[in-house]
Amino acid sequence: MSEIFILIPGRTSKQGCGISEGKFSEGYLSEINLLQVSPKDMQRLGLNDGDRVRLSSETGAVEVAVVAAKGDELPSGVLFIAYGDLSSRLMGQDTHGSGMPTSKGLDVEMEKIA
Amino acid sequence: MSLAAEKETAPDSSLKIVLDATCTFCGCVCDDIDLTVKDDHIIEAKRACVLGKSWFFNHHTDQRPSCLISGQPASIDDGIERAAQILTAAKYPIIYGLSDTTCEAQRLAVGIGDWIGGTVDTTTSVCHGPSGMAFQGVGEVTCSLGEIANRGDLIIFWGSNPAESHPRHFTKYSLMPKGMFLPNGRKDRTCVLVDVRKTKSARAADIFLQIKPRKDFEALWTLRALAQGLQLDAQVIEDETGVPLAAWQDLMDRMKRAKFGVFLFGMGLTMTRGKHLNSEAVLALVRDMNAYTRFVAKPMRGHGNVTGADNVVSWQTGYPFGVNLSRGYPRFNPGEYTTADTLARGEADAAMIIASDPMSNFGQAARERLAAIPYIALDPKETPTTRAATVAFTTATYGINVAGTVYRMDDVPIPLRPAFDSPHPSDFDILSRLEKRVKQLKAAVRLP
Repeated sequence: MSEIFILIPGRTSKQGCGISEGKFSEGYLSEINLLQVSPKDMQRLGLNDGDRVRLSSETGAVEVAVVAAKGDELPSGVLFIAYGDLSSRLMGQDTHGSGMPTSKGLDVEMEKIA
Repeated sequence: MSLAAEKETAPDSSLKIVLDATCTFCGCVCDDIDLTVKDDHIIEAKRACVLGKSWFFNHHTDQRPSCLISGQPASIDDGIERAAQILTAAKYPIIYGLSDTTCEAQRLAVGIGDWIGGTVDTTTSVCHGPSGMAFQGVGEVTCSLGEIANRGDLIIFWGSNPAESHPRHFTKYSLMPKGMFLPNGRKDRTCVLVDVRKTKSARAADIFLQIKPRKDFEALWTLRALAQGLQLDAQVIEDETGVPLAAWQDLMDRMKRAKFGVFLFGMGLTMTRGKHLNSEAVLALVRDMNAYTRFVAKPMRGHGNVTGADNVVSWQTGYPFGVNLSRGYPRFNPGEYTTADTLARGEADAAMIIASDPMSNFGQAARERLAAIPYIALDPKETPTTRAATVAFTTATYGINVAGTVYRMDDVPIPLRPAFDSPHPSDFDILSRLEKRVKQLKAAVRLP
């Protein structure tokens, strides 16, 4: 059973520190490979921290582990992931004459991997 | 920066102290960091934020060879020769990156782009490039961060999360400082945060407005309408933006009452649908506000010298990014000459990537094209981009090993005070030699 969400990739402290530690460092890789989901959506979809989901956009698909977002940081229906390899695989290819691929506010389909 | 800023010897003679060093991790470019250096390790970075500490503590000497050709160690001479051959033989060579190196190196990169008739683009195109387009359309009512520290009594962050991306912005410039006209510092300021997420920055704000994703344009034009005193339908506004009209009216009232309003906007605007139109809406709103009070806008810039890249490319070509030099004169066209496009469309047939990692940060089609063409990479660290490069130079780190100039996010130039020498060449060294060789090869082609 899949559902459409809005994905917001963005910076985090850990991701920023991880860039200096190295793109192949454990800290960096673990941060960019973790999807934050609102606690309400986690509960509704029967997801637990560490469960893996498949995210698909019109340009790509990735598999990623989920974690509940802290407090009320994320509204229901919105997902967050730290910028990196996975988020970039999902962003749009067309820059609409701007040079900037649509990199935030992406429509993605989320499906729990059994 | 204090007048006493100079290298000193610490009580322990094996340690070196560098006063007022400059952190080049983010666009704040904090130049008040005191470093303690032991051999090729920085072991203390006073006043640095969490990102700055990670920057300084993790840039010790990389043990990789200074040059790799097809993944094999090679001499720098051979690397320069191969790089020059690649760039001069190409029909559509591109140069990309540049936001994490000195202005001096950036200048050389643009020069090489000119010699090879290439396309020069910087990471601005996937950062605040849309804002760069908006500056051309609307203009920018702006100021330095020092003016914000001394005068800004209403600070609006929109689509930006400085608590995680620019941790010292609050304390050094925008919220906490006691300024010339704000003797009580934070108590004299009101901070508003507008975002689609309740980020860690919300804790620092007096007012948080959580708008619907992809509705920045509508929200900004709501404010523009309210600035003109237009009557709006409350239900429509709340349905569209996710925020009640009364909250927008309250914000507009505060904006008009402010003595010095400041609008700091991030990539929440430029990376979201609307892009340059979102930035244009900010700049137009801020321009409108100057009919009532003093109001300024500044983009929150990410990389340490991305602002320098805009400046240098503008000085040399007249345009800030996405510049094509193939006809012998500069042409600017975002969407045509920007790297995400030239790669994804399969146009570029060779590349030089300087201090950037498109193999991690670009979409799949662009990555596949880059992997299929010969390219040169310069980076202090090993990245997916350096690993797949035809020629990879391991370079010294700017600000830690290399002196030079960088531009803070408010276009203020700041000198670098390196901490220790690197066995690797700087970007400037490599690009100087490469430019010389490229010129020789181009001159040979022109000879009868």
